Amino acid sequence: MRILVCVKRVPAPGARIGISDDELDVDSTHLGFTTSPHEECAVEAAVCLVEGAEEGGDVVVLTAGPPAAEEQLRYAASVGATELVLVPIHGGGSWDPQATARALTDCVTALEAQDGPFDLILFGNESADAGGYQVGVRVAHALDRPMVNGAKSIEYSDSVVVVRRATDRGVEIYEIPTPAVVGVREGINLPRYPTMRGRLASKKITITTFDTFPEAGGLQRRRLHRPAETASEPIMLGGGPDAASAVVDVLEELGLT
Amino acid sequence: MSGPVLILCEHDGGVISPELEQILTAGGRLAQRLDAPLEAVLVGAEEAVVGALAGRGVQVVHHVAHPELLDYGPAAWGAGLAAVIEGCGPSAVLALGTDRGNEVMAHTASRMDLPLATNCVEVTPAIPWTLTRVQWGGSLLEDCTLDTDLPLLTMARHVTEPDPPNSGPAPLLRTWSVELSAAELAGQVQARESVEQGVTLATAAVVVSGGRGVGSAEGFTVLEDLAGLLSGRVGCSRAVTNNGWRSHTDQVGQTGTRIAPELYIACGISGAVQHWVGAMASKRILAVNTDPAANMVVKADYAVIGDLHEIVPAIAAEIRRRRSG
Ligand SMILES: Cc1cc2nc3c(=O)[nH]c(=O)nc-3n(C[C@H](O)[C@H](O)[C@H](O)COP(=O)(O)OP(=O)(O)OC[C@H]3O[C@@H](n4cnc5c(N)ncnc54)[C@H](O)[C@@H]3O)c2cc1C
Ligand SMILES: Nc1ncnc2c1ncn2[C@@H]1O[C@H](COP(=O)(O)O)[C@@H](O)[C@H]1O
Repeated sequence: MRILVCVKRVPAPGARIGISDDELDVDSTHLGFTTSPHEECAVEAAVCLVEGAEEGGDVVVLTAGPPAAEEQLRYAASVGATELVLVPIHGGGSWDPQATARALTDCVTALEAQDGPFDLILFGNESADAGGYQVGVRVAHALDRPMVNGAKSIEYSDSVVVVRRATDRGVEIYEIPTPAVVGVREGINLPRYPTMRGRLASKKITITTFDTFPEAGGLQRRRLHRPAETASEPIMLGGGPDAASAVVDVLEELGLT
Repeated sequence: MSGPVLILCEHDGGVISPELEQILTAGGRLAQRLDAPLEAVLVGAEEAVVGALAGRGVQVVHHVAHPELLDYGPAAWGAGLAAVIEGCGPSAVLALGTDRGNEVMAHTASRMDLPLATNCVEVTPAIPWTLTRVQWGGSLLEDCTLDTDLPLLTMARHVTEPDPPNSGPAPLLRTWSVELSAAELAGQVQARESVEQGVTLATAAVVVSGGRGVGSAEGFTVLEDLAGLLSGRVGCSRAVTNNGWRSHTDQVGQTGTRIAPELYIACGISGAVQHWVGAMASKRILAVNTDPAANMVVKADYAVIGDLHEIVPAIAAEIRRRRSG
């Protein structure tokens, strides 16, 4: 079994997201980096599927990003990915959704020509930063494969993937033939933490680099800014358990008790 | 007059989405600016549903039918929408930025190799179109240009305040039979499981949420108790789900549930942006935290500074005392 997972390196902001001076990017000077929780869960799902498969298999993790995205690839390896592929975006910045999908499609095509087809390609439901909700669908179309997004469970058997997804009205069940593409949502599993052994092993894996220069798409960023905030001072109801009375006064005022 | 503004009309088994008004309003306003008619696309529903679109300024409903399209299918809906687009030459196509709206539009955009801007809060027709869209689940806004002859857009939810319906006429019905591939048909929902009805995290009037400060799964007992007294639900932060203290269905935030209760009680939660975007639609927020400088405290309407393990039980006890007195 061969599974590919596409992940994106993004900054991990805390209480506030700063913006760079040219207003084109998040100011990541003092930030760590991560991947979207959806994508961490996608890696975990892939590793579990391969661990559960009698014949075993490979989990290939692919990212298009700066050379520093090696960090997210190696993290994936520390929790079970077996091959790592980087599509470098040179000179900073990021690609629009169409360009990203074109680059990933080129890379998948090259990887499959060399090592055989992927049974499954996993994406996150949406990227943490851009949140375009489309790169996975675009790649699926370009490769002419079925795609289901928002997966809360994936079962794989006899060339069929059964995907469950939660909606306000209940759970929808999809059954699509492989090779297939699935977008994963956080909550499908609880990703494992890397073990010491996993960490050490991840340092030794070679990262395959695949160069491609995709044509730009029609959606282009001009400026990032923060939504207007209504600054208000909180009403302090006190400190410690003595505040309980003031809290319940508020609950009564709001008609909630 | 320009080609129509097309809106995607979401429905589930023929039941029109309760959020349809938002996209009708957004579509209507754009149509006015473009001096274009407003038309709707309905894939796979019964024709009877069309009546629901009367009095909403929709002039034509394009009903896409296929004998084997019996339920929602992302690729099939995307193909149906693309067929209408190719047949009627719209000036723009809009859907609401729901899971389905974004998904169907992504399929249509992929088929037609067109750009797609999701979760817009503002769009301006020009050459090229300019728009503002949501990033980071709502923590940031991105101004973009959309260079295309046919803008495909989804509008962020809860941004357009719906106009009231008028007494306009029922729209004309135009039926389209569309060719769907075996793969597109196979991509439909095959079965459904129902979930328990009733108050959910997303609809609860009170949410009592705990973060890392709660310290353990057992620590949530006092939050459960308070939520029970207030007929609310318990929520949590990602630190909590990551530790395995609560199930992910309780997680509030960018990759969890977006809530909009009358009151959000956030205990031992620092208020990281990814948590905040899930909670910011709450009418009022009460933060309980040992740290007066925590982002959650600073952004709250009310705050109690101190140890949640003492404060939360004290609040529950005070409610009981007043009820019995
Ligand atoms: C792409 C992405 C998506 C994410 N999505 C989500 C999401 O959907 N939801 C989410 O919640 N997070 C999300 N996160 C994680 C987020 O960035 C934070 O890490 C997380 O919200 C922190 O949880 P916390 O506030 O419980 O923990 P902490 O940040 O550790 O805060 C704990 C708080 O508890 C207080 N405290 C400690 N002890 C006590 C006590 N005894 N009494 C009272 N107060 C006490 C502390 O003062 C502190 O303020 C996401 C992150 C990324 C990168
Ligand atoms: N630069 C990238 N490299 C690898 N995968 C990506 C990249 N950008 C997006 N993806 C994948 O596509 C999914 C959807 O992204 P988006 O369309 O931006 O919401 C993400 O969750 C990732 O799995």
